[in-house]
Amino acid sequence: MLELVWLIPAFPLLGFILLTAFGSKLGEPMAGWLATIASLGSFISTVLVFFALKDLPAQERFHVESLFTWIKAGSFSVDMGFLADPLSITMCLFITGVGTLIHLYSIGYMHGDKNFSKFFVYLNLFVFSMLLLVLGDNLLLTFLGWEGVGACSYLLISFWFTDEANASAGKKAFVTNRVGDFGFMLATFLVFTSFSSINYADIVAGSSELSAGTATAIVLLFLLAASGKSAQLPLFVWLPDAMAGPTPVSALIHAATMVTSGVFLLTRLNPILAQADVWATGTIAWVGAITALVAATAAVAQNDIKKVLAYSTVSQLGYLFLAVGVGGYVAALFHMITHAFFKALLFLGSGSVIHGMHDEQDMRKMGGLKAFMPITGFTFILGWLAIAGVPPFSGFWSKDEILAYAWNADGVGGKGLWVIGLLTALLTAFYMTRQVILTFFGRTRFYDATPQELAHAHSAKMAASPGISENDTTEFPLVVEQQYVTALSEAPETDEVDEYLPASYRDRQEYVPHESPWTMTAPLVILAALSVTAGVINLPFSKDLHFLGHWLEPSLFANEAHLELSAATKWILAIVAIAIACTALAAAGAVYLRGKYPPEKIERKILADAWRIDSSYAAFFGGPGRMLFVVLTWFDKTVIDGGVRGVAKVSSLFGSGLRVTQSGYIRHYALGISVGSLLVAVWFVTRLFQ
Amino acid sequence: MSFSLFAAQASFPLLPLLIAIPVLAAIVLLATPAKYTKYVALFGALASGALSFYMLVQFDPAMGTMQFEESYELLPALGLSWSFGVDGISLFLVVLTGILFPITLVATKPSHDPKSYHMFIMLLMTGAMGAFLSKDLLLFFLFFEIVLVPMYFLIGGWGHGDRVYAAMKFFLYTMAASALMLVGIVSLAVLAQEDTGEKITFDVVELAENHNVSGTAATLIFLSFALAFMVKVPVFPVHTWLPNAHTEAPTAGSVILAGVMLKLGTYGFLRFGLYLFPNAMRDLAPIFLTLGVAGIVYGAAVATMQRDLKRLVAYSSVAHMGFIVLGIFAFNSQGLQGSVLQMVNHGISTGALFILVGWIYERRHTRQISQLGGLQKSAPVMAAIFTLVMLSSVGLPGLNGFPGEFLILLGGFSSARWWTVIAVTGVILAALYLLWAYQRVFHGPAEGENAEMEDVKPTEFLAIAPLLVLIVFMGVYPKPVLDRIEPSVDVLIDHVENKSDGDFKESEPKQLERVGTSGLIDAAEKAHKKHKEEKESHGSGDSESSEGEHS
Repeated sequence: MLELVWLIPAFPLLGFILLTAFGSKLGEPMAGWLATIASLGSFISTVLVFFALKDLPAQERFHVESLFTWIKAGSFSVDMGFLADPLSITMCLFITGVGTLIHLYSIGYMHGDKNFSKFFVYLNLFVFSMLLLVLGDNLLLTFLGWEGVGACSYLLISFWFTDEANASAGKKAFVTNRVGDFGFMLATFLVFTSFSSINYADIVAGSSELSAGTATAIVLLFLLAASGKSAQLPLFVWLPDAMAGPTPVSALIHAATMVTSGVFLLTRLNPILAQADVWATGTIAWVGAITALVAATAAVAQNDIKKVLAYSTVSQLGYLFLAVGVGGYVAALFHMITHAFFKALLFLGSGSVIHGMHDEQDMRKMGGLKAFMPITGFTFILGWLAIAGVPPFSGFWSKDEILAYAWNADGVGGKGLWVIGLLTALLTAFYMTRQVILTFFGRTRFYDATPQELAHAHSAKMAASPGISENDTTEFPLVVEQQYVTALSEAPETDEVDEYLPASYRDRQEYVPHESPWTMTAPLVILAALSVTAGVINLPFSKDLHFLGHWLEPSLFANEAHLELSAATKWILAIVAIAIACTALAAAGAVYLRGKYPPEKIERKILADAWRIDSSYAAFFGGPGRMLFVVLTWFDKTVIDGGVRGVAKVSSLFGSGLRVTQSGYIRHYALGISVGSLLVAVWFVTRLFQ
Repeated sequence: MSFSLFAAQASFPLLPLLIAIPVLAAIVLLATPAKYTKYVALFGALASGALSFYMLVQFDPAMGTMQFEESYELLPALGLSWSFGVDGISLFLVVLTGILFPITLVATKPSHDPKSYHMFIMLLMTGAMGAFLSKDLLLFFLFFEIVLVPMYFLIGGWGHGDRVYAAMKFFLYTMAASALMLVGIVSLAVLAQEDTGEKITFDVVELAENHNVSGTAATLIFLSFALAFMVKVPVFPVHTWLPNAHTEAPTAGSVILAGVMLKLGTYGFLRFGLYLFPNAMRDLAPIFLTLGVAGIVYGAAVATMQRDLKRLVAYSSVAHMGFIVLGIFAFNSQGLQGSVLQMVNHGISTGALFILVGWIYERRHTRQISQLGGLQKSAPVMAAIFTLVMLSSVGLPGLNGFPGEFLILLGGFSSARWWTVIAVTGVILAALYLLWAYQRVFHGPAEGENAEMEDVKPTEFLAIAPLLVLIVFMGVYPKPVLDRIEPSVDVLIDHVENKSDGDFKESEPKQLERVGTSGLIDAAEKAHKKHKEEKESHGSGDSESSEGEHS
């Protein structure tokens, strides 16, 4: 069975080719079904390979299947070769599993889109690239997948290209990731000069001889690459914008799979991490911790339902980096898997809300949706409990494991990592509770008049009432500022201006938010079940319950850190974490459900702007950065080309004296050359026949 | 004077035919009614192209030296000979020429006077084929100069905007730079003859093997060659003829200029620079590396700010050619093979880009990026093709732009590390200028004429389809190409090592025994044992799971 590992990427590749050729003929919904079946075939192959691998003795669970030599020059040679080992197959399982569910969901979500089949072309190409990334037996094939998923991400973010914002977001994602690729390429070169090979097998075998300095350089360069793909500081800015893409894309690419590639890469290279200086891995941990905290604070103040989840994803990925940095590879993979389930669930749930709400994404206009969308509401609540860290939902177990490793890692900053991890957990539970309350509980604010509509109505009324001067605001207070919305807030008063409200308001009154079709809700139900139960793959109570840990052990080459904590410490840490989660739930409930504290005191502007990191970049590259390019362009035109033109001018002045023989017309020179070379050629030819 | 014919594999003079067919076509065109000139030219280009494919099939991949050699001495006293040959370095450039010309003829059409237009294109093809196939320095020089003439007339006669200025600049700039090369060629032959005492020769293989010209003389002669090649490539800062020529040239001119003619410069560096003057090349390498890398970053930065789409593509060529210069001056197998591969792939990608820009111009009568927008809505097929070509030009792995660029950087990293680190930033910038241009041209709302632009026509699609196939094929499976390049590059490297002063940098990393899965299994077992011991020493007991025991 193991030799059939190539089937895993072959299915989505075949789907991609078929859909490229016949997709528009198949149309809706057949193109979607074809893509879903391709992804399902890949999942089934993965399961078969998984069992075949499991049948081998633990230490022999490696299989390389080479198809052909891809690039070879001198001593450099890489194959199109797939490495099936516990790590890659674990990744494949959730990529194809979650991938299939999201394909199915997309059939419903993309209903009626005129580029329906094209969407599935890209989706299958993405799954193919993602599988190459994790299955590649060398760095270059991983890079092929790495760039492939980046290109698909670009194409899918700008899928609705007529909107400039979407197009910009796609470009931003690609270019920001290229900064990371700079690190990836240099690290690959360094690996080649150190190991004379970039195959993972050779890296593992030769890593013990690697010097700490080189290992540190390689790790830091790969960290740059990983922080691009996995949206960590300082390169996380593209991910919140990437929400411009269709929601299934956000769920699949920007939450469950692609953005975890960086963590996968660092885990794959654990033998190099083991050789690097402690401060290098410490840097990974701290990048993760700080990103987790920064993004969590930003998530608290977002009003767009998807933006909350985007910052939440950045924050949760920070946890994974934290875990990898302190040597908790299994914890990282564990949380990666549970996160894939609950975050995909939450994104798909938000997609279902957006779908049922007439493309509305602003949570201030939602509320009370549980009644309109029972399945979406119920599954979303399960996802919320999982991410908030409430036992026994899956997120609790995996997050607890990471926090335990953070507590354990005194070498790289005392208990600081643990404190930040805990603080992030608190914020996570808070912002997710806020999101659930604003979306599913309280009063339905969908039918309210928006501030813009009210302002419009007031000015319309003013125009229609000749007796009142325009400056007289006492009579009609203009409510332009959007008020802070809680579940308790009253609907704005509209009686006075009722007849002047615009058509958008009236249209909305006719519309009823609705539950999504079964193709969308079925994946929600399955993902919800997984989000609830996935903790069982690595329960902490006994070593025998560490299924994931034992399974991954061969791929980690004993580089996993040892957790030297007593049972009592572990219990205390767990209880602290539960207490923190409950506090956050209660606090969010008090603010948003019972109105005990004004939300505007929490949702500061600077948090909504994510500490203005993105806008600082924009200001720099739009200002001094652009200036540099403008100066270079001016330099090219004026100095370099100007110099050339200057030389030409001077020589023409000198040349004017010789005008008698030199006509100065190029066409005469050209003619001369032509005639001359013709004569030479004729002469050559005549010599041939002598 | 005897008729000496050394046909390697073919029983007819294959290489002279490759050159002669386009000339014959040009002569036939003289007597062809204007209506049919396109077909005559296409027939000529196709015939020559088909022969180049025949040559590719017959080419012996294991051989690193010249093949299909044709040699005839014309005037032994003056060392003049009519001598052609092809090896792995020139092979794919000849095939590329054979592919690009027919495609160009199908994909574009002249605005007026089709007869002269097609004649000039045929003469260009002759010049390009001849330059890549010449084994004789004088013959190479002849062809190297000849291509200027039809290109000058194509730009001046069928170009756009300020075409006369652009054509003149192109012609004077490149001709002035190559004038000294003739002096260099003659000096080299004379000095070599004085040294060996044998009869004078311009044969590049004989010269390379036997000449002992060294020191200042060699450096000066090399510089006379280098100046001509630098302008042709073009290397920063002698690149400013390129944006004018490219922008104002008719589409066919741009495609051939970028696809074939620029390669004469980098090919010259390999065949006549490195081969004849290894020591001078090594001594001056820091200068060329610096200029090459500067071109990568500078070309990309200037490309970003262009308002004219065609000018943007022209500057992107400056950046891409910088990579090739870096690979050549890396002096190792990866760098040189990458450079040869990248010459071919740049021809494919940039050729396709110019064809696409030409189509847009034909339809919208503007190349100003600000006047375009939202074209993906009116022309989805063109947008899809553009996307593929753009990603190939950006160097996306899996497409043709990647293997060459990667090998160049890998080779460069071994021998010119810090130059390469800067060169890699060019990878970021390439994404920036092309994606930004794509966004402004194809994304966003479509208004006015942009909303009604005609999509790609079936014949146009057929014309560009071979390039699209090559973009994917050369990205997924470049091995057959590299297999044919490698032996010749090895011969070149061996030659360079023998000829150089002995301290030529051998930067090839040691060959490692591949461990395969056995290495992984060994490592895993070792790790497992260590794990167990540690666990026991910690007294936590063995906690082997049931799955570990399976065997």
